[in-house]
Amino acid sequence: MQDNHDNEAGGRRQFLKCMAWAGAGTLWLMKGGVLHAHALGEGAKAAATDASFSFAQISDSHIGFHKEPNMDVVGTLRASVALVNAQAARPDFLLHTGDLTHLSKPEEFDTLAGVMQESHTRKVFYVPGEHDVIGDNGAEFFRRFGERQQAGGWYSFDHRGVHFVGLINVLNLKAGGLGSLGAEQLAWLKKDLAGLSAETPLVVFAHMPLWPLYPSWGWGTDDSAEAMSYLRRFGSVSVLNGHIHQIQQKVEGNITFYTARSTAYPQPAPGVGPGPGPMKEIAPGALHRYLGIRDVRHVQGKQVLAVTEEVLS
Amino acid sequence: MKAMAYGIARPHVMRRRSCALLLSGSLCLAMGASPPAGAANAAAPKAQAQQIEIRNFAFAPKSLTVRAGTRVVWTNRDEEPHVITSAGSLFASSKGLDTSDSYAVTFSKPGTYAYYCSIHPMMVGTIIVQ
Repeated sequence: MQDNHDNEAGGRRQFLKCMAWAGAGTLWLMKGGVLHAHALGEGAKAAATDASFSFAQISDSHIGFHKEPNMDVVGTLRASVALVNAQAARPDFLLHTGDLTHLSKPEEFDTLAGVMQESHTRKVFYVPGEHDVIGDNGAEFFRRFGERQQAGGWYSFDHRGVHFVGLINVLNLKAGGLGSLGAEQLAWLKKDLAGLSAETPLVVFAHMPLWPLYPSWGWGTDDSAEAMSYLRRFGSVSVLNGHIHQIQQKVEGNITFYTARSTAYPQPAPGVGPGPGPMKEIAPGALHRYLGIRDVRHVQGKQVLAVTEEVLS
Repeated sequence: MKAMAYGIARPHVMRRRSCALLLSGSLCLAMGASPPAGAANAAAPKAQAQQIEIRNFAFAPKSLTVRAGTRVVWTNRDEEPHVITSAGSLFASSKGLDTSDSYAVTFSKPGTYAYYCSIHPMMVGTIIVQ
């Protein structure tokens, strides 16, 4: 896209420069069954040295959004991918926890896919957000980004001793309700986990929070408690979500919940303000402080899960 | 650009069938609200449109009582898209409504029409048609 006004173009360059400083995502380090979260940046490099592997999480890119506080969501996503690429130790894969697009339009999916191709990481795992399933119950999303394991779109895989599960909680939502997994997916999850030993580290990811974070803003999943009952016997469980465009954490026994920042725009803390829309009153140049990438590294050896989170600065 | 989407309550769909027989389906679609809806308008002469604002993830007013034949227009004032969806599929769902997009449904038959946003299901509202 060509900018017609020099001032605008300059402003955007400046903005992207700011983004490059802060990035927009989280690097996850697995260390001995212990999951460590790091904002992508200088600190993550040293921390990565004793990790057995890492993956990065990005979320809520909202391609198609073009309002305050971010007129260039493609640019901020691109900056996020560049930051992941700049890591000394390349993450084994990326996770995108949903809301790739703002309105589920084919051209928005095209743009997202194009930017993700700039990643040096060969594999990206996706789950849809509610913005990705508008009008067609996710048909276009699953055609382009689905893992094609189950008809409902959910899936699991094993990576270097860790069992990963991608869940769908943005379809067949009921009036007055929250996110939903549904009976069919829950039955599959129970079966999927049944053969695993309790020592297997689990990472479960979905778009909407899998805990009642703030139900009056729709930040939760109606039947998440049932899913959590299947996870409780495991010694190390990490549950990663997007949706709320900010970092929130909760520990419940051996289960640790995290929500990720957005690569596009922040949302207010639970209950602050009239609703969960974009925060528009961001000081110029300060947007990057609200965006994030998550990075996970895994270390073999220990059974206990401990997690640390660092915020982008 | 302001995109207008038009839906119609089921009773009108029934009434429009004779019209639809004369026109090909695609023509009906292409003509959108104007000529085929003329039949509906004739059946429900010039009832005033009632407005519902979508703001801060809520419908205002949340409950709206109208006379049969009233055209109800939802307009999205949020940065977030919303999708008007009838609980029980009593009227057609809207497309994803971006900021400033509107969606209209003419309610010709008395009854209680509960609806919600299919992607933010905690957003619920009711149209009571008398």
